[in-house]
Amino acid sequence: MNTDGPLEMLIRQLAALPGLGPRSARRAALYLLTRRKTQMQPLAQAIQQAAELVRECTACNNLDTADPCRICSDPRRDAGQICVVAQVSDLWAIERTGAFKGRYHVLGGLLSALDGMGPEQLRIPTLLVRVKEPAVREVILALSATVDGQSTAHYIADHLGPGSNAKITRLAHGVPVGGELDYLDDGTIITALRARNAA
Amino acid sequence: MERWEDQGIVLSVRPHGENGAVLRVLSEHHGLCAGYVRGAQSSKMRGTLEPGNGLALVWQSRTEGQLGSFSVELIDNPGAVLLGDALRLGALQSACALCDAALPEQEGHPGLFHGLRALLTALDGPVWLQAYVIWEIALLKELGFALDLGRCAGGGRRDDLAYVSPKTGRAVSAEKGQAYQDRLLVLPQFLGGPASADEAADIDCGLKLSGYFLEHWAFAHHTRGLPEARLRFMNRMAQTLGSSRESLIVASG
Repeated sequence: MNTDGPLEMLIRQLAALPGLGPRSARRAALYLLTRRKTQMQPLAQAIQQAAELVRECTACNNLDTADPCRICSDPRRDAGQICVVAQVSDLWAIERTGAFKGRYHVLGGLLSALDGMGPEQLRIPTLLVRVKEPAVREVILALSATVDGQSTAHYIADHLGPGSNAKITRLAHGVPVGGELDYLDDGTIITALRARNAA
Repeated sequence: MERWEDQGIVLSVRPHGENGAVLRVLSEHHGLCAGYVRGAQSSKMRGTLEPGNGLALVWQSRTEGQLGSFSVELIDNPGAVLLGDALRLGALQSACALCDAALPEQEGHPGLFHGLRALLTALDGPVWLQAYVIWEIALLKELGFALDLGRCAGGGRRDDLAYVSPKTGRAVSAEKGQAYQDRLLVLPQFLGGPASADEAADIDCGLKLSGYFLEHWAFAHHTRGLPEARLRFMNRMAQTLGSSRESLIVASG
């Protein structure tokens, strides 16, 4: 069997994708090859176009074909609120809700000594510059409720504090919608109790 | 087939492959252990493997020297209540990183396990900073670098202890140490030193004391030196002390 042939190369490339192993990559390759016109060629075109056209927004680091991205250039969005997220996937998650009408800043990860992610590796300096703009009233730290996520949030809050008039807020921690107390861990229940609101 | 059951505290998690991770824990009877956890990066498992979490562990491996794999179940997550407090969270990360970097693998330290567990609980309490310093001194002892803070190295009075010798790790009385005070470390009140009205300064002395011996004794031969998390915790403490001593006392009380 020719290991450098186009079929093997296709299987190797597919197997490198998240969620696909060598067996599933072979199945996907066969599936595509039996549907060249309807699936394979449109997919190849879509990949080619995305590789050529999609880029990082220089303002917020979102992925889009335009720079600045559609969120940053939308005049209906509130320039006074910046929501800080770790990854583009987090931005997409908030956008799916339709509940936030401000703008974003994608850090590109979280501070983690183990993974070698320091402040220099994240896009924190550009955030500090953005927050100094007079229009910015609030910075929402929408980072995950993990040790790394909250360490990053504390780091940013420390560095945003001086020289900025913007209010710094963070997402609430507690009982998730649909969550039953009986199944929650102790830490979440304690956090929820401490952050309780007037009924 | 090697197999054991134990309880442990998560020290670090390093993603490995697409879904798994290599977990390092401080277990009660088997000390520092590493093992592969399948599906560790799934949304269901990620919360279980946070530093400081208590886990019920089953470790198994085909041979003793192999990495092995863990099956885990969450017991408690003391870190969850500390997420909103930068200093306490920094202390948790520092304690976990120190154990992770300093302890040898597969060597039982049940005392240290229970000490770390007690510290993680104490981090949510009123005298957490003092508890943290005392824990670091206990860690030094467990590593074979015990400090002798109960009597004066120079033959001075026990009720007059005020300094610690950086060379020997032994306490020195105020009278005997007066001539060398610029070269000695200060013994804080909560470790048997002289009465101090400035609680923040006392805590600062305690952290400098344990930090000195960690750096110069326990980590002297480590190529990477003190863990990043310990340095970051000290920097944050220094900032807090520098900006407002009152805020530190409020945070600790």
